[in-house]
Amino acid sequence: MIRSALPGFAVAAAVLVIGLLLAFTVGRYPLGLGDLLQVIAAKLSGHPSGVSPAVESVIWQVRGPRVLAAVLVGAALAVAGTAFQGLFRNPLVSPDILGASSGAALGAVLGIFLSLGVFVIQALAFAGGLIAVAAVYMIGSAVRARDPILVLVLTGVVIGALLGAGVGLLKYLADPYNQLPAMTFWLLGSLAAANAADLVPLFGPVALGTVVLVALRWRMNAMSLPEEEARALGIATGPLRIAIIAAATLTTSASVATAGIIGWVGLIVPHLARSLVGPDFARLLPASAILGGGYLLLIDTLARTMAPVEVPLGILTAVIGTPFFIWLLAGMQKTWS
Amino acid sequence: MTMLDRRTFSAGLSAALLTPHAAFAETIADAAGRAVPAPAQVTRVFPAGPPAAILLYTLAPDLLIGWTNARSPDECAYLLPDACTRPQVGRITGRGNTANLESVLALKPDLILDAGSTSETYVSLADRVQQQTGIPYALLDGRFGSLASTYRTLGRLIGRAREGENFAAFCERTVAAVTGRIAGIPPAERPRLYYARGPRGLQTGGRGSINMETAELLARNVADDMPGGLANVSLEQVLVWNPDVIVTIDRDFAAAVRRDPSWAAVKAVRDGRVHLSPSLPFGWIDFPPSANRLIGLWWLAKILYPDRFPEDLAPLTREFYAKFYHVTPGDAQIAQLLSG
Repeated sequence: MIRSALPGFAVAAAVLVIGLLLAFTVGRYPLGLGDLLQVIAAKLSGHPSGVSPAVESVIWQVRGPRVLAAVLVGAALAVAGTAFQGLFRNPLVSPDILGASSGAALGAVLGIFLSLGVFVIQALAFAGGLIAVAAVYMIGSAVRARDPILVLVLTGVVIGALLGAGVGLLKYLADPYNQLPAMTFWLLGSLAAANAADLVPLFGPVALGTVVLVALRWRMNAMSLPEEEARALGIATGPLRIAIIAAATLTTSASVATAGIIGWVGLIVPHLARSLVGPDFARLLPASAILGGGYLLLIDTLARTMAPVEVPLGILTAVIGTPFFIWLLAGMQKTWS
Repeated sequence: MTMLDRRTFSAGLSAALLTPHAAFAETIADAAGRAVPAPAQVTRVFPAGPPAAILLYTLAPDLLIGWTNARSPDECAYLLPDACTRPQVGRITGRGNTANLESVLALKPDLILDAGSTSETYVSLADRVQQQTGIPYALLDGRFGSLASTYRTLGRLIGRAREGENFAAFCERTVAAVTGRIAGIPPAERPRLYYARGPRGLQTGGRGSINMETAELLARNVADDMPGGLANVSLEQVLVWNPDVIVTIDRDFAAAVRRDPSWAAVKAVRDGRVHLSPSLPFGWIDFPPSANRLIGLWWLAKILYPDRFPEDLAPLTREFYAKFYHVTPGDAQIAQLLSG
């Protein structure tokens, strides 16, 4: 079993490595592999690199943080998607199913509406995501039903629509010359503004959520079974469900707060990872994380190099994700039975 | 219904029935070439959006029914107290209506005024609203280059052609005075300007966008290879452009950029040429896109060509504010204004 997963991991790792090489060497600012190696060697040896300060600045302050942010966000969304698809036993679930993205969107749009600073806007987005999912969970649990998972998903859809209306209201009331463009850009998702200071608030929650999910990997396998069978195996499904939702929401909210709304990654990457290493969460979670990081990195590299203007990530992921999703629907019988 | 109400009601009714044929003096062609029946006596004008409200306030503050959005106390420090506190009436044009046509009618305007795009979308909107409400709806050209002709048309529409001509002449004199002094500088030798918007300064206006009209009159827009409106750009792209001057409207960005290591390599930052534009009562650079940009022309010129524009901005600012905003700011106010 272990041996059969190795080729899958090799493919995922190759995507990430190719993504990293490409991302560091292409961009709007002309920068060769030689410059990159020289700057890194200089940093390691402590000697001056001899390249211009602008090149150093691009590598350490601009492109470097952005590449890391793309890998982290991609990995976070893929891990959260993997966890939710397992938890809900449904391949068409994405990390925003319980309203994390809608809550974060409302938080960020509110911050822009009140003309707050960047850090506060991101904090509001993060808090918005957490609060929205907490509200969905509490309402969903308060409703007594035979199928708690279904109720939870439906509650997420309904609350998500309500939060979407809130976003619409704020956009309607916003100053059309200044705030509205900022809101629109934020909602389309971008890593254009990612800098070194963003990495810490991004890394902390993503790492915590991922560690919790990896620690729960064996129990998550049992969650893929029908509720009664999981209980029969001695799994406390209620507390486990809370832990998985909390961990996945933490990673989703942190990535949305940094990068805005980026759909599709958390939906399609888990499928790609599953086809590489199989459905066992012990292997699926790390494979999803590696593949998700590489995937979003490639997309972000495209987004920042195609044109002088940034192409919004949400648009690129949708253009690439839609055909994939249709293909997935067509082949669903095969992959999930 | 009280006696008074009934009387007003019947007076209003008879006015509505009797006036349409008598009230219009002539038809005046608006900026889109539409024939607008100009009311003989204009006492109340409804601005369809912020640019129209500003134009109208500058030329005839007494006619302005209200503002698209309520004005803030900071803005009111530079506007007539009586006009500044007029109510919020919403907008008809632009991105979504916030004004309800019934409430527009209830305000009993003689004229609805819109300044901005004169594209087919706005022409058909104007025709529809005019037909639905029976109130003349005039479209004015909101582009900076048309400011003088817009004032002339507006003056004729509200029966104040002489004042309109006076404002138009002022606009033409200002533009000629500023652009005349740099006319000898070929485009390739003009400073390269990056216009930074948004809290991180990474939104900018492309070539020919309404945001860059005054800037492109005087400088080279670094983003001139991307046509159109506002867009997000990456910091790497800004480093490639390496602008000589950065102009921003965002206070947070202006403060942060000077000590942000990732911006340190940009020429404008190294040379200390990052400038926060004054913003009260209306922005000096791009928004709302109206007459408020005229004073910004002097400010931009002085930033871009300090040697050629040695004059003090304070008296120019005072003159502009007195004429256009009808208030004469004190020295302290002007100093505060110019500091961004």
